[in-house]
Amino acid sequence: MEQTNSAATQVEAMISLRNLRVSYGEREILHGIGFDVMRGETLVILGGSGSGKSTLLRTLVGLEKPSSGEIWLKGKNIAAISSHEMDEIRKKIGMSFQGGALFGSMTVGENVALPLREHTKLEDSTIEIILRLKLDQVGLSGFENYMPSQLSGGMKKRAAVARALAMDPEILFFDEPSAGLDPIIAAGVDELILDLKKAFHMTIIVVTHELASAFLIADRMVLIDKGNVVAIGSTEEMRSSTHPRVRQFLDRIAEPAVSEELDYLQMLTEEHRHPGR
Amino acid sequence: MELTTQIGESVTDGLAYLGALTKLGGRAAYCTFIAPFQGKPLRIQRAVSQAMQTGVGALPILSLITFFIGLILALQSAYELRKFGALNYVASAVAISMTRELGPLITAIVVIGRSGSAFAAEIGTMKVTEEIDALETMAIDPVHFLVTPKFIAMIVMLPCLTIWANSMGILGGALFGVAQADFTLVRYVQSSLDALFLRDITTGLIKSVMFGITITAVGCHEGLSTGAGAEQVGRSTTRAVVVSIFLVILVDLVFTALFFFMSAR
Repeated sequence: MEQTNSAATQVEAMISLRNLRVSYGEREILHGIGFDVMRGETLVILGGSGSGKSTLLRTLVGLEKPSSGEIWLKGKNIAAISSHEMDEIRKKIGMSFQGGALFGSMTVGENVALPLREHTKLEDSTIEIILRLKLDQVGLSGFENYMPSQLSGGMKKRAAVARALAMDPEILFFDEPSAGLDPIIAAGVDELILDLKKAFHMTIIVVTHELASAFLIADRMVLIDKGNVVAIGSTEEMRSSTHPRVRQFLDRIAEPAVSEELDYLQMLTEEHRHPGR
Repeated sequence: MELTTQIGESVTDGLAYLGALTKLGGRAAYCTFIAPFQGKPLRIQRAVSQAMQTGVGALPILSLITFFIGLILALQSAYELRKFGALNYVASAVAISMTRELGPLITAIVVIGRSGSAFAAEIGTMKVTEEIDALETMAIDPVHFLVTPKFIAMIVMLPCLTIWANSMGILGGALFGVAQADFTLVRYVQSSLDALFLRDITTGLIKSVMFGITITAVGCHEGLSTGAGAEQVGRSTTRAVVVSIFLVILVDLVFTALFFFMSAR
C-alpha cells in the first residue's frame, strides 16, 4: 500500500520506506512495506503479535538488513550504506528498548553518559551537566548513582529514554513503551512521550499494541498485519475506518479459530499425509 | 550416502565455526592495533578490571590445583623411576612435564571454567536483554566495547597464570621429593631448574597465549550467537565450555607437534 508522494511531502519526509522486504532465512516477515514519516510527527506503528511490527522497527534502526527495498533516512538509503555511514546516522537517532536494555554493570548515570563519552570529546563536567539535564527531563533527577537493578520497571524505561536522548537525536524510536507496566506508570510514559514531542518537535516512532496509548500519543498511525501495511492515516481516519482488518483490531475482535469445517478437515489430512513434519 | 552427507555437513559446520572465531579474533585485533590510531582509543580500564577477574581471581584455585597436579606427577613418575633406582629424576620429570604441557593446559582448563563460561553468560545475557542491540543503535561496536578488552586481558593474564602454575606444580613435586626422595627443597628446585631449557618454558607460554585467544574467541562468540530466551544463555555457556576444552586440546596438539618437528631439525 504505497502512498502517493507529491514533491512537497518528499521534502518534509524524515523517513521514507519503499517496497521494504525483510526475511529471516527462508521466511519473509515484511512483504513490501512503503510509507513516509514526516518531520516532527509522532507515528504509531500498530499491529498484533507476530505482525512484523518489531521487525520493522529493528530494520529502521539498522539492526536487521532488508532483503530488498529502500529506507531513506536523512537523505541516505540505509538499506545500502556502509557500516561507517550507518554509525553516523545512528548518532542522530535514539532508541528506547522494550525492557530498557540498560547495562546492568553500570549505574544509571554511566548508562546515560555512555554515548556522550563514546562519541564526543566533552569535558567530564559538561557531561555531568548534560546527564543531570536528561535525567531531569525524564523525571529521574538524583538517580544517577543507582544501579538499573534497583529501579522499578517504569523508572528503567525512563532511564532508557534519557539514554536515548543523550545525543539530542532528531528521531526517537520506542519499542512497546508501555509493555509490562501498570496502567498508571504506562500513562506516565505516554505523558513523557507527549512532553518530548511538545518540547523538542522530535520525530517519534512508536511500536505498540496498546490502543489507548496509541490514540493518545499518535499524530498518524500505521496498522501492520502479516507483514503488510493494512492502513495508514490520522487517528480520526483510523477511528472512522471501515476496513475490516482495522475494525477488527480497533474493536478487539478475536480471530475466528478455524473458519470452515472443510479447512479443518484438510488441515488434519495434510498432517496425516506428511507424518513427522 | 546418508553418512557421507552427514560427514560433509559437520565438516562444513566446523569450518564455518572456526571461520566465525577467526573473524571475531581478527576484528578484536583490528580494534587493538589499528582502531586506536583512527581515534577509537582502547579501553585499558575495562581490560585491567577484566584481567583482575580472569587473572588475579583465578590464583587461589589455580594454585591449589597445580600444586596437587605436581604432586600427582611426582608420585606417578616415581612409580616407574623407582624400578631403575632413578628417583632423583623425579624433579626433572615433574619440571619438564609441568612447563611444557600440564602447566599451560591445566591453567587453560581452570580459566575456561571460570572465565570462558562467564564471558558466554555475560554477553549472552546482554544479547537476550537487547543490551547488545542497544550498543549497536548507539553506534558502539560490541566487539570494540566488550570483546576486545577480554582478548587483551586473556592474552596478558594466561601466560602469567601459566608461569605461576608451573612454579606451584614444581612446589607440589618438591613435597614428594623432600618427603620421599631425599631431596632438600633447595636441591629439588635447583635440579628442576637445571633440567629446564628456556625453550621448555617459552613453548609452554606460546601455547598459553594461543589458549587465551581460543578461550576468549569461543566464549565471546557463543555469547554473541545466543538466541532469544533465558534458557539459551545456559545453552551457550555449556557450549562455550565444551567447545573451548575441545579446541584448547586441538590447539595444544597442533603446537606440540609443531614444536616437536621444529626441534627435530
